[in-house]
Amino acid sequence: MCLGVPGKIMAVDGQCATVDFWGVKRQILLTVVDQEVKAGDYVLVHVGFAIKKIPQSEIAETLSFYDGLLKQGDRDLMASDVADEMKASS
Amino acid sequence: MTENLTGAGFGRLEFRDPERIAALRKKISQLCRNVKKPISIMHVCGSHEQSIARFGLRSLLPPELNVIMGPGCPVCITDVPEVDEAIAIARQGAIVATFGDMFRVPGSCFSLEQVKAQGADVRVVYSPSEALKLALESKGEVVFFASGFETTAVATAAVVLANPPANFSVLSAHKYIPPVMEIVAEMPGTRVEGFLAAGHAATITGWGVFERFVSRHKIPVVTGGFEPLDVLAALAALVELVVAGEAAVENAYPRCCTKEGNLAAQKLLWEVFESEGGMWRGIAHVPNGNLRLRSRYRSFDSRQRFDLTPDLCQEDSLQPLTLECICGNIMAGIQSPKDCRLFGMECTPQSPVGACMVSAEGTCKIWHEYGGHLIIAE
Ligand code: SF4
Repeated sequence: MCLGVPGKIMAVDGQCATVDFWGVKRQILLTVVDQEVKAGDYVLVHVGFAIKKIPQSEIAETLSFYDGLLKQGDRDLMASDVADEMKASS
Repeated sequence: MTENLTGAGFGRLEFRDPERIAALRKKISQLCRNVKKPISIMHVCGSHEQSIARFGLRSLLPPELNVIMGPGCPVCITDVPEVDEAIAIARQGAIVATFGDMFRVPGSCFSLEQVKAQGADVRVVYSPSEALKLALESKGEVVFFASGFETTAVATAAVVLANPPANFSVLSAHKYIPPVMEIVAEMPGTRVEGFLAAGHAATITGWGVFERFVSRHKIPVVTGGFEPLDVLAALAALVELVVAGEAAVENAYPRCCTKEGNLAAQKLLWEVFESEGGMWRGIAHVPNGNLRLRSRYRSFDSRQRFDLTPDLCQEDSLQPLTLECICGNIMAGIQSPKDCRLFGMECTPQSPVGACMVSAEGTCKIWHEYGGHLIIAE
């Protein structure tokens, strides 16, 4: 549950943002993140809140880790934690 | 890399840089070569245990290095009376919204899942904001039974500050990790020579929060991320400090974690919550280990709004097997799931006896799913 899930910001609307998680679009909240985020940035999302902007240089590596996890589907504990994090956004 | 024992594939993507893995593994082995007794490192995060077990990292470590999971599962350390409070509220007709794992964790006689089957309205949510939405859509009382460490508590705080409707309240079982490290470090029977701190909690609090602990207890702390390389890098840094006899805080997760942490999030957290002492299931009373709503948010505090006298258990609803559960000793680093007679026998994820088999972050469940000591063929 403390792993979080990376998503790409599509649009920002005040304290809300639309985020793309592997093609799934969700609304998340920006109340907790301490950096300014804009469309195109990646953020780490936990229980529906962005907690950290992912540095540009780390995006590819971070995503590939999650790609590998998600390939296992929901039989895998870590993958299903990540899937739950995605459900946390509306 | 070939397949591991559970058949989960280890692709290049997951172990992206086999050379760095090999180098870290070699470094750890060399550092451990001359130690007189095994080094014992504790981590305090379910996601760390998932990563360590899933990627079979223990099998990469020398026998002189023990990595144990401490009280890092927020569901597992939620105390029985806290579950009973949620059950008492649900039985008074309020909607109780909670995370999936909390739904199944046993109270003194029932779990929320069982009282739902008896007719109470208990909902599983994935986010505190979802609980808030339930309150906005409903006329009756909606109680968010909140669990999780500081990373999750920040999200609950944000919801409390978002001007919720009067029918919304929070039953906080949120816990704060730094104080429990002190307790575990002082426990007789526990030997911890270094702590691997959870990267995402430290992203919020900053690694500076551990400096006081280190100077008091002379035990090094290293923050680490969750990818196999992150974990190994943090372990290598820890072993280096332990072998050198150096008590310091190091940050092995610089891409997310800074010394100060996320100041905006800390402001939200401490605006809404204050820490107070309380029991952690199976562990001990932890001074400052519980996060409770401050009195200025009392109108959103379920403990102020409901009668929390729990129903008394019927004698026959007490489960004799739970007396054999050793979750507490496992979380204190004294025993491992393999020491429990019920592990994988009477106690399985389908029919859990203790909380550590319920939660996806509990050591028993993780070991049951992945095995605690996988061997990776390279
Ligand atoms: S296997 Fe089950 S009974 Fe044994 S310690 Fe773990 S949760 Fe408790």
